[in-house]
Amino acid sequence: MRGARPARPASTGAELPRWVLVPAAVGALLVLLPLVALVARVPWAELPALLTSESSRAALALSLRTASAATALCVLLGVPMALVLARTALPGLHVLRSLVLLPLVLPPVVGGLALLYAFGRRGLLGGQLEALGVSVAFTTAAVVLAQTFVALPFLVVSLEGALRTAGRRHEEVAAVLGAGPWTVLRRVTLPVVLPGLVSGAVLSFARALGEFGATLTFAGSLQGTTRTLPLEVYLQRETDPDAAVALALLLVVVAAAVVVAVRGRPAL
Amino acid sequence: MRAPKQGRRTAGCLVRPRTAGLRAVALSSSLLVLTACAGAGDDDGTGDAAPGLPAAEATAPGTPVPDELSGTLTVFAAASLTEVVDDLAAALEQQHPGLTVRTSHAGSSELAAQVEQGAPADVLVTADEATMQRVVDAGLVAGAPEVVATNTLTVVTPPDDPAGVGSFADLARPGTDVVVCAPQVPCGAATEQLEEATGVALHPVSEEGSVTDVLGKVTSGQADAGVVYATDARRAGDAVREVEVPEAGAAVNAYPVAVLADATEPDAAAALVALLTGAEGQRVLADAGFGPPGGP
Repeated sequence: MRGARPARPASTGAELPRWVLVPAAVGALLVLLPLVALVARVPWAELPALLTSESSRAALALSLRTASAATALCVLLGVPMALVLARTALPGLHVLRSLVLLPLVLPPVVGGLALLYAFGRRGLLGGQLEALGVSVAFTTAAVVLAQTFVALPFLVVSLEGALRTAGRRHEEVAAVLGAGPWTVLRRVTLPVVLPGLVSGAVLSFARALGEFGATLTFAGSLQGTTRTLPLEVYLQRETDPDAAVALALLLVVVAAAVVVAVRGRPAL
Repeated sequence: MRAPKQGRRTAGCLVRPRTAGLRAVALSSSLLVLTACAGAGDDDGTGDAAPGLPAAEATAPGTPVPDELSGTLTVFAAASLTEVVDDLAAALEQQHPGLTVRTSHAGSSELAAQVEQGAPADVLVTADEATMQRVVDAGLVAGAPEVVATNTLTVVTPPDDPAGVGSFADLARPGTDVVVCAPQVPCGAATEQLEEATGVALHPVSEEGSVTDVLGKVTSGQADAGVVYATDARRAGDAVREVEVPEAGAAVNAYPVAVLADATEPDAAAALVALLTGAEGQRVLADAGFGPPGGP
């Protein structure tokens, strides 16, 4: 709701103790300096060649494909989850909410181990899946699964926040006017929270694109099948640091675009 | 998994790479690390006076190593050498109570990259000669590297061997999920040599960035088989079943050690190299499954 914000009082600077500026500046430097250092290392002359090499193109294509699929899965599963969390009063809902948010704060490698013990060949479900002839080990599906696992909370949090902010007034009016639950959801609720849904989806996409730890632990690393951009950066660093930096720049650009896209929306 | 003997002591003493821009921040954090590690070293050194080996064995005849070494020696060693180097570092600390040895373990290429970026190390041990050559070519090594051990490849499967692997050739059978190292890392380059020597072309389901990731895929049962170093198979113990490869001698990885040009403790660094190449070091290396420097 930035449009409604009153004009900033002119005396803000005087109300803060001066010394606050020092740690604030150090903090800003800590965030900016590594990015500047990375960009300074980019071999601009070879950049086109590095970004269009066979392995780079394979990793980029795979990353875009898997992150898009993961985002679609996040929307498919996350929208109902956010609706349940924001609009129902089931017992134990706050426990469920905390659990859903867990992947957000979990170290990715831990997520990878957890996925391994659930869906791996020797995992909780892996045996049954194997019996059905389904094996996700070392497949692109494993990458999408890992990305969805880590990205889902972003969509749920964004959308649940938007749902709570929007309130139920419009929905109640529509219901009084005779609209059924499905019509209310489709014609009232979702259009109202659309900006929140979009920013949640964009954040999920970015998180899925950057997924590394869970993919490495759970899916493996094979060009064109499971080696996404972050895994390619990690491997290239071993022999060709220039290629790693070039691909890293690509990820930074995507991340910056995502931040701009999300900050530009009124919902956040 | 067995914890390395000195793991707790060294865990907090990892050295971070610096970029030029972050030098000030990195410097202050490494100073903190240094203080913390010096404290830990004092605890270790004063408690027990019994030396792990006679002092004469540690110093090769003619090597100009003074009796009393002090300060902090920083050793960068390939991940496969973790237990060996930590054991020898502890032995060196016991011989020289004033000396603290910090060890940092990672993939060889990663360590080389850290040295190239100016990480403060005295000794570097890599898992292959090509990686060491990179550091030599960058003019960062004092003197010539010396090979201290060799390692060969072997095949491991989960203990119950779901795919029935009896030889290297069995790995190429359709439906066998084989995991190897990526060709970009030393163990992957060695795997390619072994494929050439055996005439068996593998179609791996995953090419990992480190040999520990290959081993992990096998011990967790995700993969039917993996190609790892003999030392990894030895360390994994009962968690894997080993299928020895007769042609393993075709792909021998040599482990060179070198004192770095920017070493702040060149004398202590020379003492550690002497320890590694001496009888005690060779015994510890052989116990861990390494071959002698000349190859198996």
